[in-house]
Amino acid sequence: MLTAILALSLLALAFGLLLGFSAVRFKVEGDPLVDKIDALLPQTQCGQCSYPGCRPYATAIANGEADINQCPPGGETTIIALADLLERDPKPLNPENGEVKPKLVAVIIEPQCIGCTLCIQACPVDAILGAAKQMHTIITDECTGCELCVPPCPVDCIDMVEIKKDIMTWKWSIPDQPPSATTVQPS
Amino acid sequence: MVDSRSATLGDDSTAIMIRRLWKFNGGVHPPQHKIESTNDAVTTGTLPKRLTLPLHQHIGEAADPVVKVGDKVLKGQLIARATGYVSSPVHAPSSGTIVDIDEYPIPHPSGLNAQCIVIDTDGLDEWADHTPVENFRELSPSALRNTIREAGIVGLGGAGFPSYIKLNPGHDKGIKTLILNGVECEPYITCDDMLMRERPKHIVEGLRIARHALHAEECIIAIEDNKPEAFKSLTAAASKHDYIHVVQVPTLYPQGSEKQLVKVLTGKEVPSNGLCLHVGVVGINVGTTAAIYRAICLGEPLISRFMTVTGNAILKPRNFEVLIGTSMDHLLEQCSGGEPHYDKLIMGGPMMGFALHSSRLPVIKTTNCVLALSTVSEPPATVMPCIRCGACADACPVNLLPQQLYWYSSNKDLEKTQEYNLFDCIECGCCSYVCPSKIPLVQYYRYAKGDIWIKEREKEKADLARQRFESREVRIIRRKAEHGARRKKKKERLQGKTATAQRDNKKAQIDEAIKRVSERRDKAVERANEMRGKIPSPENENKTDDSNSKQP
Repeated sequence: MLTAILALSLLALAFGLLLGFSAVRFKVEGDPLVDKIDALLPQTQCGQCSYPGCRPYATAIANGEADINQCPPGGETTIIALADLLERDPKPLNPENGEVKPKLVAVIIEPQCIGCTLCIQACPVDAILGAAKQMHTIITDECTGCELCVPPCPVDCIDMVEIKKDIMTWKWSIPDQPPSATTVQPS
Repeated sequence: MVDSRSATLGDDSTAIMIRRLWKFNGGVHPPQHKIESTNDAVTTGTLPKRLTLPLHQHIGEAADPVVKVGDKVLKGQLIARATGYVSSPVHAPSSGTIVDIDEYPIPHPSGLNAQCIVIDTDGLDEWADHTPVENFRELSPSALRNTIREAGIVGLGGAGFPSYIKLNPGHDKGIKTLILNGVECEPYITCDDMLMRERPKHIVEGLRIARHALHAEECIIAIEDNKPEAFKSLTAAASKHDYIHVVQVPTLYPQGSEKQLVKVLTGKEVPSNGLCLHVGVVGINVGTTAAIYRAICLGEPLISRFMTVTGNAILKPRNFEVLIGTSMDHLLEQCSGGEPHYDKLIMGGPMMGFALHSSRLPVIKTTNCVLALSTVSEPPATVMPCIRCGACADACPVNLLPQQLYWYSSNKDLEKTQEYNLFDCIECGCCSYVCPSKIPLVQYYRYAKGDIWIKEREKEKADLARQRFESREVRIIRRKAEHGARRKKKKERLQGKTATAQRDNKKAQIDEAIKRVSERRDKAVERANEMRGKIPSPENENKTDDSNSKQP
């Protein structure tokens, strides 16, 4: 009887120590759910979800403050991916946040630029190069197409253009799906 | 295992060497259709009035033009330079004037336009200065590779991978075997066959140059047994070199695929996601070695190639030696004696080629065949559902499970396709060929591969955007903190200054008051002394002080 109690207490102590040690040693830094959600977002940083960037939106989703259908650049793909991750039902994009548009990229009409730096301050990803009273230009490869630089421009010299399809970005499309076995008519 | 007769011709006698061959899984035997285009000797294409040269004829970065509109160029002159490690330059195939540098249709499955340099030829065909190398053995492998790079040589078998990279496997990778690929397993195509028949010396010399660049121990020339003439002519040309073995392999599609050929000749299997050089083998196409010979021994860059024009819609199928940039229209007309009538135009073979949207397209470095087919006689294939018969898995030369890949790629489950090794698929088309339901399987794999690449590119871009966004946030917070700290410091300094000033002021006032008091006192003492008419002694002074203080 006494041996049994002793043995069990010792075991409990040993496992307690092990668990306590693991809790300290293998502590997870930060909220892994936020990181997982953030990894699914398109990182456009456009703020159309009403949060100031993708990570704040991810935090809001993780805290249950925001819904999963507020990201227009991500569109349906992102909503489905988020629904999968959070085990919720996918729902259509909230029209209040905007609509799905083709991928755009900002272009500065350089002769019209007055070098006011307002767009540089607005760009969430530092994709605009320039200095005060010097012409600015967009680093196209780094532009996310968020359109945040368009409203601050006092001379309206920023255009959003569609990304041109070329042979480097072209891809094969999926073939027409064969009809299912039940719908095939014998010929 | 199959044994094949590999002949090494001695000076007079014929020594027959038995070489062991291996087999790969699957493969198919599509109808050959090779005889049609091998009846006539290779025709040298007439000099066209206009040449259109796409800047992107190879795998890698597009070339960068070094000429302007209006410039006069000579044959073989560099007109666009390579722009990175995996890139290749473009040369003028004939002398003439640059008339445009703009977007033109190019032979590509997308049917999109791309940057091209357009030359109007002057008919003189005048060569630019070019210096042949007398003895290639005097050049170092590195110098050889440089010359090959500058000559714009890419894999002419159809892939278009820059050849100098293939010849640069790195120091640690000991290359034992150099395989010269003269298999040409795809139906209809005969340009390598004709090249082997007509230019065996060029091929063997090019092979020796490649061997010198690679320090390979032995060379194997592989030719399918449906090309006996080519086998004979190459055996004769290679007879002087005992390290070159000409091997006949049994006809089987897709034996010309590099990894399958390595397996057949050496028995070594190239690992998944690996390259042939990981098993100590490098494979080169016969057309490429002929181009290497021309680049080194004649000093000529890659400006022409052998290509087949064939198909049941062509009146006189044959092979051409054409300048790169020649319009396909020009060639089709020469073969049909007028406007050709066809339903389908394909670049490459029927198994791996792709449909062209027009015939007004230039021949590029990778154009090995133009196939014009009339499909009136065949009814259009109806795609039926997959019945899970497994014929595709039996035919797959890479040992994949095509029906699983089809299932996952048609359901857009890209992760699963990668689990089933989608990227080991060589897109040979054996699975589609044997499919009883006529499912275009390869198209699904191409779609899935493209989608995965696009997703990966997007992910990279998103990661970059995230990084830049986060570093900007950090910077903004830091700036704010720095600004706050600066303001605080300034405020403190200002406050400190006023405090000291106030303190100083008070002290001055007190001092002034003390001074004023003592002055007044001094004056009073003086006045008292004057009144007494004598100079006071220290004791008296004290007394006077006391008396003074007592005075009202």
